[in-house]
Amino acid sequence: MSDSPVLDVEGLAVTIGTRRGPARAVAGVDWSVQAGQTLALVGESGSGKSMSVLAATGLAPRTARVTGRVRLLGTDLTEVSPERRRRLRGRHVGFVFQDPMTSLNPVLTVGRQVSEAGEEHLGLTRRAARARAVELLDLVGIPSAAQRVDAYPHQFSGGMRQRVVIAMALACEPDLLIADEPTTALDVTTQAQIVELVADLQHRLGTAVVWITHDLGVVAGIADTVAVMYAGRIVEQGPVDAVFAHPAHPYTVALLAARPDPAARGADLVTIPGAPPSPWELPTGCAFFPRCPVRGDARCEHELPPLVPVSGRHQVRTFYPQATDGEDR
Amino acid sequence: MARFVIRRLLQSAVVLLGVTLVVFLLLQLVPGDPVRVALGTRFDPQTYEALRARAGLDQPLVVQYFDYLRRALTGDLGVSFRSGRPVTSIVLERLPATLSLAVTAVLFALLIAVPLGILSAVRSGSFIDHAARVFSQFGVSVPDFWMGIMGILLFAGVLGWLPPSGYVALTEDPARWASHVALPAATVGLVTAAILTRFIRSSMLEVLAEDYVRTAEAKGLRTRTVVRRHVLRNALIPVVTVVAVQLASLLGGVIVIEVLFAWPGIGRLTYDAVQARDYPVLQGAVLLVAALFLLMNLLVDILYARLDPRITVE
Repeated sequence: MSDSPVLDVEGLAVTIGTRRGPARAVAGVDWSVQAGQTLALVGESGSGKSMSVLAATGLAPRTARVTGRVRLLGTDLTEVSPERRRRLRGRHVGFVFQDPMTSLNPVLTVGRQVSEAGEEHLGLTRRAARARAVELLDLVGIPSAAQRVDAYPHQFSGGMRQRVVIAMALACEPDLLIADEPTTALDVTTQAQIVELVADLQHRLGTAVVWITHDLGVVAGIADTVAVMYAGRIVEQGPVDAVFAHPAHPYTVALLAARPDPAARGADLVTIPGAPPSPWELPTGCAFFPRCPVRGDARCEHELPPLVPVSGRHQVRTFYPQATDGEDR
Repeated sequence: MARFVIRRLLQSAVVLLGVTLVVFLLLQLVPGDPVRVALGTRFDPQTYEALRARAGLDQPLVVQYFDYLRRALTGDLGVSFRSGRPVTSIVLERLPATLSLAVTAVLFALLIAVPLGILSAVRSGSFIDHAARVFSQFGVSVPDFWMGIMGILLFAGVLGWLPPSGYVALTEDPARWASHVALPAATVGLVTAAILTRFIRSSMLEVLAEDYVRTAEAKGLRTRTVVRRHVLRNALIPVVTVVAVQLASLLGGVIVIEVLFAWPGIGRLTYDAVQARDYPVLQGAVLLVAALFLLMNLLVDILYARLDPRITVE
């Protein structure tokens, strides 16, 4: 199975019905992730990075309309029943969400929450699932797991809670781990620990990881491939080294330039002026056009640029690929 | 835990003391002379003075109040102006009728409201949700006495299935008690069910939007498991308070319903005592209701600590 992707998304689009009318959250994206590899989905809030993953796995809100093909281990999730999709979720895909303060149920012990996926999907008895929960809590580095298994979430710190969430996600040894900004709500030292923990577990278990983030530092550290999203579309994707060394899309260039530079302490932070377009009225042309420093010609405003190869698997969606030297990560 | 209960009981005692003072002072403001009303046509100045002296009404207010308190502490709430019987036993006699009506009504309400509230939230926007919302709108806006009268007309009058009014003690004849309690309990219960359905629905909707529910769904649990284990347990915590408040206010007696169905409970007793200016009985009834409220609140706090691990009673 080394070459066939664990999750393969093709032409995925998500439209969410709202009071203001349909909002195009994801406007057609393709990406895939191989076993043991890490794909980073990068973008601003509202760029559709989380929604594309939630929709792919059947967790989109009820008002969402999802089209496209999503193959998990060869099974097209868009064609199977919701019941079948439910059974694949948790069993083959584990999720780690952004805020460990709210993603754990306050009235159940952490042990119960870690063990329930095993009971549901692997048919473990309550006792076996509990023993497994202790193992998992130990695996994610919770000290004295055998005692802590009966504690409630509020008795843990934020970082420890996120470890619990990771233990929950790994309960059935899934083929794919989806990490939706798992470090955003944590302080910097804890962030680093969580990133390391996931990288280590991935290495040991051979899990594929989709890491959703807006932290380019994390991307450089852990990802094999990166897809930069803007206004519901991928604007640039490819191997992390290639994208970081030679960013070709003006948006990626701007994003990389906007990273705080420790050497320039005291100087103003670099920003990208303007705001992303509204999902209720996506422009017909390049969505980045209004904020773009390049603004090549009238085509940019009226015609959607196709995703074209830059070199190898490095692709970009612009009529004016930038020739940058960028930087080494 | 024990320390918490003791502290709360002491606090309750202080509150009850305040209640006695307020009730005592309010009754002084009510127009009408209770002794005169009690004597009615048998009035003559000598008997009147004698009765006033016996009830201590010729003493200054401060003396009257402390006298009352001193005796209340020993469980003596005075003597009814009307019947001459001890208030404590009059009030306690009425408790079983009210208790059995209140508990039956709340159970009836829960039986309707819990499934309806849950379904309404889980299938929000569906037919059952709309039906539930119409039901609860109806239940909270239609006056209970009207519903009671309609109930009597239909089930006692037209169909003749149930007695229109009256009371049989549960200990005396359970079957006849049940037939008598059905109509008043259903009437009170429907109103309570309407309130609870709304509350459970909104509490469920709130919890359904929580991150940890998405986490549970992400684990691939069955919808039933997600609702039961993750949503319900959290959503029902605030419902406990509402149920307890409803139960406490029903225990205080549902005056209109008890009068309508000739149900000899605390509500009916309060009504009669007001009519007869029977102050000792009125005072006794109000004190009992206040005590029941405080007790329910204490029970809710203890229950909260059991339901929500984040809360400890210390």
